[in-house]
Amino acid sequence: MIAILDFKAGNLTSVKRALDHLGFPCLITNSHEEVRKADKVIFPGVGAAGKSMESLRELGLHELLRERFDAGIPILGICVGLQVLFDFSQENQTPCLGILPGEVKRFPEHIRSAGGDLLKIPHMGWNAVKFEKHHPVFREIPAGSEFYFVHSYYPQPAKEQLTAGTTEYGMIFTSAVAFRNLAAVQFHPEKSGKPGLRLLDNFCRWNGS
Amino acid sequence: MLSKRIIPCLDVRDGKTTKGIKFKDNIDLGDPVEMARFYYEQGADEIVFYDITASSDRRPIMLDVVRKVAETIFIPFSVGGGIRTLEDMRDVLLAGAEKVSVNSAAVLNPDIIRQGAEAFGSQCVVLGMDIKKVPVSDKIPSGYEMVINGGRTRMGIDALWWAQEAERLGAGEICLNSIDADGTQTGYELELTRLISTNVRIPVIASGGAGVPQHLLDVLNEGCADAALIASMVHYGTYTIEAIKDFLSENGVKVRRFW
Repeated sequence: MIAILDFKAGNLTSVKRALDHLGFPCLITNSHEEVRKADKVIFPGVGAAGKSMESLRELGLHELLRERFDAGIPILGICVGLQVLFDFSQENQTPCLGILPGEVKRFPEHIRSAGGDLLKIPHMGWNAVKFEKHHPVFREIPAGSEFYFVHSYYPQPAKEQLTAGTTEYGMIFTSAVAFRNLAAVQFHPEKSGKPGLRLLDNFCRWNGS
Repeated sequence: MLSKRIIPCLDVRDGKTTKGIKFKDNIDLGDPVEMARFYYEQGADEIVFYDITASSDRRPIMLDVVRKVAETIFIPFSVGGGIRTLEDMRDVLLAGAEKVSVNSAAVLNPDIIRQGAEAFGSQCVVLGMDIKKVPVSDKIPSGYEMVINGGRTRMGIDALWWAQEAERLGAGEICLNSIDADGTQTGYELELTRLISTNVRIPVIASGGAGVPQHLLDVLNEGCADAALIASMVHYGTYTIEAIKDFLSENGVKVRRFW
């Protein structure tokens, strides 16, 4: 059973529908007991870092996530679920979980494309991810595959080795990270067509090593 | 680099798709869930459903369509048409849509944008704008006026002012529909699209007037649109999404090529 962590952060049903489609049993829950029983945890998120951390703390999920991470359970963070894994987010000046060293920053206000056009914020739509290391969760995704993004903040890991994939939007930023039994992506694999489903399928088959 | 999005638009009435030509003479095209699947597999980047069901007591039919679509395709899709309240927005999002689009209701009650953005996040809230070209005046300095009721009622509101106001209220995206160009297949309103897109910071989807791939090229380049809505040119099988993307790509537009 895969637990999809429910911390009142937007549309969790789209992740569940994708897993249903792929045929992996899953459950949207914030029950500590259910999460402890699960053999994998998906940590999605839409919305602001401040409110997400507040909900996680209210529900005691911040400690539970750390506990599951230490127990070696495979964890997948999505979007804000990736961002709050770091030490700190500039969004609402929020101290976060600190499972990964680094911080989350806002795209510069005057970010421009290579051609000199002022880019829009949020970064919204389809963009390519260059996966930079072999990892079971990112395997067999054709080069040049694009994923669906919606975000105004991006992660900046303190250690380069954490970066598993990068994306270009007026700058090169980390769009996928991997560390031990944890993988996390800035984009929405549940909304990214076949490459996204491939990634979710990979995660659901991963033992965390 | 971000890809420009190609978005087929399906008009749905009483659970069936139609294509309106200038909002009149709709003809039946079939099942929206199957059409969504077809376009998903053809490489659509997103899909827009526009509910033109006349009576509100038939709304549950649309919600049922939304639920089935959400189980079938794994790309973002939005639903508009008849969205008047926060409750309407919630229903559509819970049924599985990624975004909800408000149009007339927002012109009449702008606060719905703020409420929607606060409750669900800006990324869920698309502002649909129906716009008519008019002579420049003190009241309409841009020469583009907001209209509702399929273009029948002029609102005396300047389109550029309204786009910026909606952005301030928390709209996450704007879908521009030129009433003059809609259904003509003679090309998008480039001047209008460029005016709005270069004066807001949120993404702008151009809509109304697409007939040939060159029209998309024009609106994505000259019009500075972030995405282009298409209907008849794919619904009637004249072009495939893949063929349109091939054309755009050959002409230097970045589009998503692998799906």
